[in-house]
Amino acid sequence: MKKKFLCLGLIAALCGAMTACGSSAGSSSVSSGSASGTVTKVSGDAFKLGASGPLSGDASVYGIAVKNAAELAIDEINKKGGIQFELNFQDDQADTEAAVNAYNTLADWGMQVSLLTVTSGSGQSVAPLYKQDNIFAITPSGSSTAVIYQDAENNKDPYGNIFQMCFTDPNQGKASADYLAEHTDLGTKVGIIYRNDDNYSTGIYNTFVAEAKEKNLKIVSTGTFTKGATDFSVQIKQAKDAGADIVFLPIYYQPASLVLQAAKNAGYTPTFFGCDGMDGILTQDNFDKSLAEGLYMLTPFSADATDEKTQSFVKAYKDKYGETPNQFAADAYDAVNALAQALENSDVTPKSSTDDITAALTKQFTSMTFQGITAPGDITWNENGEVSKEPRAIVIKDGAYVSAE
Amino acid sequence: MKEKFKSNRNSTVSYSLVIALFIILSIMSGAGLLGRKYSSLLVPVCCYIVAAIGLNMNVGISGELNLGQAGFMSLGAFTAVIVAGALNFHGVTAPALVLLICIVCGTLIAGFLGWLMSIPVLKLEGDYLAIVTLAFGQIIVNIINNVYLGIDENGLHFSFVNNSIQMQEDGKMLISGPMGATGVNTASSFLAGFLLVLISLIVVYHIMNSRNGRAIMACRDNRIAASTVGINAVAEKTLAFVISAALGGAAGALYGMNYSSFAATKFDFNLSILILVYVVLGGLGNMTGTIIATTLLVVLPEVLRFLSIYRMLIYAVVLIVIMIVTNNQTIRLRLKNLRQNKKESGKGAKTNG
Repeated sequence: MKKKFLCLGLIAALCGAMTACGSSAGSSSVSSGSASGTVTKVSGDAFKLGASGPLSGDASVYGIAVKNAAELAIDEINKKGGIQFELNFQDDQADTEAAVNAYNTLADWGMQVSLLTVTSGSGQSVAPLYKQDNIFAITPSGSSTAVIYQDAENNKDPYGNIFQMCFTDPNQGKASADYLAEHTDLGTKVGIIYRNDDNYSTGIYNTFVAEAKEKNLKIVSTGTFTKGATDFSVQIKQAKDAGADIVFLPIYYQPASLVLQAAKNAGYTPTFFGCDGMDGILTQDNFDKSLAEGLYMLTPFSADATDEKTQSFVKAYKDKYGETPNQFAADAYDAVNALAQALENSDVTPKSSTDDITAALTKQFTSMTFQGITAPGDITWNENGEVSKEPRAIVIKDGAYVSAE
Repeated sequence: MKEKFKSNRNSTVSYSLVIALFIILSIMSGAGLLGRKYSSLLVPVCCYIVAAIGLNMNVGISGELNLGQAGFMSLGAFTAVIVAGALNFHGVTAPALVLLICIVCGTLIAGFLGWLMSIPVLKLEGDYLAIVTLAFGQIIVNIINNVYLGIDENGLHFSFVNNSIQMQEDGKMLISGPMGATGVNTASSFLAGFLLVLISLIVVYHIMNSRNGRAIMACRDNRIAASTVGINAVAEKTLAFVISAALGGAAGALYGMNYSSFAATKFDFNLSILILVYVVLGGLGNMTGTIIATTLLVVLPEVLRFLSIYRMLIYAVVLIVIMIVTNNQTIRLRLKNLRQNKKESGKGAKTNG
């Protein structure tokens, strides 16, 4: 009897080990070309820029995109002379506990400025530590309000030294509802499928529903799922039976790809509409790109934009990593460049104390205008750390992201 | 009589190991030798040790495979957040006092729910029991994931699935659904973790060496034979299950008070399995082994950070190798021989001298 349990336990243990194995393998196949070390070394005096994000596990596509783009931006900035950066990017598996460990590793290293974290949950757990040690941080993609506010329910008590490069979740929900209300040609009856145990998904869902009510958008069905769900036929059938001609998916791209598959199996062809979490769906391993044809998403970045900055970024990224950058990469690229611009305009040096650097950067960020690749116009920040910029709608045509306008 | 000696020796080894580790690590931490990275791991290691000792009570001593330990941890953690939030709101902020009350409440709540759960669970045996505990663990986490709880001067406000809480100006959210607990004032310390480990060891060894403990082990070895000599198998198993759940709750409370923000999804199936791995690697029923295995496996991923993106891959490989090596009969035999040789040569040296 005892042996049997030991056996069972061992099997379970091996299963656990195997899943860990599988996810790491996934991450290394996505990361192309940047397998060498996490620390970018430069000669001379450089600002120590820390960051953490998922380089292994479920959300590794985001972490790797951010890391690649940050390295690219830093290479360009360092080549120019002037402000120099040294990047230390730690893996946090998008896990709150691992993020705290990653933060402490970075603190031991002597981090002076930071890109905070890639994902919201991790950002939320380390934000108080950044506040405590008074280190300036700008997150490329941690979109929850809890990343910048201590009281996230009422948007009160901002940390003050933490800024966002991306929209907050509530703003995405509001913008999506506004967009759908204006573009009634896409459809009028909205079905929603969202993940109700996820901060990102529920954040967007709540504001979307509130704004939809204001704009008289008709929501005909609401389906939910939780982490690790693999079968979406029930939710799709629910939306189909309710006659929804738009299905709003405020979720990440892995479950979204399964939703699209389930819709195809059911012969259901509404317009699918997602937010920035949908970005990355085309670069997913073994994904049938034809499924995503006609998928709309509201994201601040589209790789086919014709302005010079975007074009040169996309080209440099493709040359270095062999794939089209997604919105996470673009946000990271902008975040590093914004940091460089702010440091350029202030009089702090890598030898200044972190308190001085933080004070100077906070002053710069709340007063400067930045022009980047994640918005058509100017980008500004308010003193709470929230970004203000225009969203862009893009649609997938012939397996590529194209502007919807 | 010999048995008694053996178990006493086991407990002495455990206690001295824990105390020695505590003293060494405290000195190193105080002297700044550990750095922030390893200092910040001290409390989580204590949490996992307590949870693993609790699980070992169930899996090793009582012989029932429990796959829901993380569920009990989450109960303890969120109870602690609620209690700490309420205490802070009413002006009680002394960390030691808050932590003590939180851990006691977390232990009681998890223990009580463990008892409730044991009623249907212990009707089953073996694999079926394991699957039911797994399901209960998931249920707890999914329920907490949908709970919204806030506090203001009118008391606690609660809503489920959708946040419909309207609060006064001075209100504060304690748990906000999938966002989890936010803005908790941390109160855990390494000393508290050490004391908790010590207390859980005392509890577990005390039960193991008592009449109840012998009855629990008798039920594990042969339930029918134990029943025929008048042992109430269900009652004994319930005792082990509740102790296990309560220790899980205590560990969770310590964990919750160590992080300012965490979500219920942290306590998923993977964490339960991880704790089971600590127990299996440490040896079923072997508390000293559990402590060593937990410490090693919690610290390992952080030590491997220099491997950059291959970190988790190497971690998994190391885990598999350790499991195979520690379960290989020939290697075990060699280790045993080595130890005996050493003892003999040691004796020889003494007589010679």
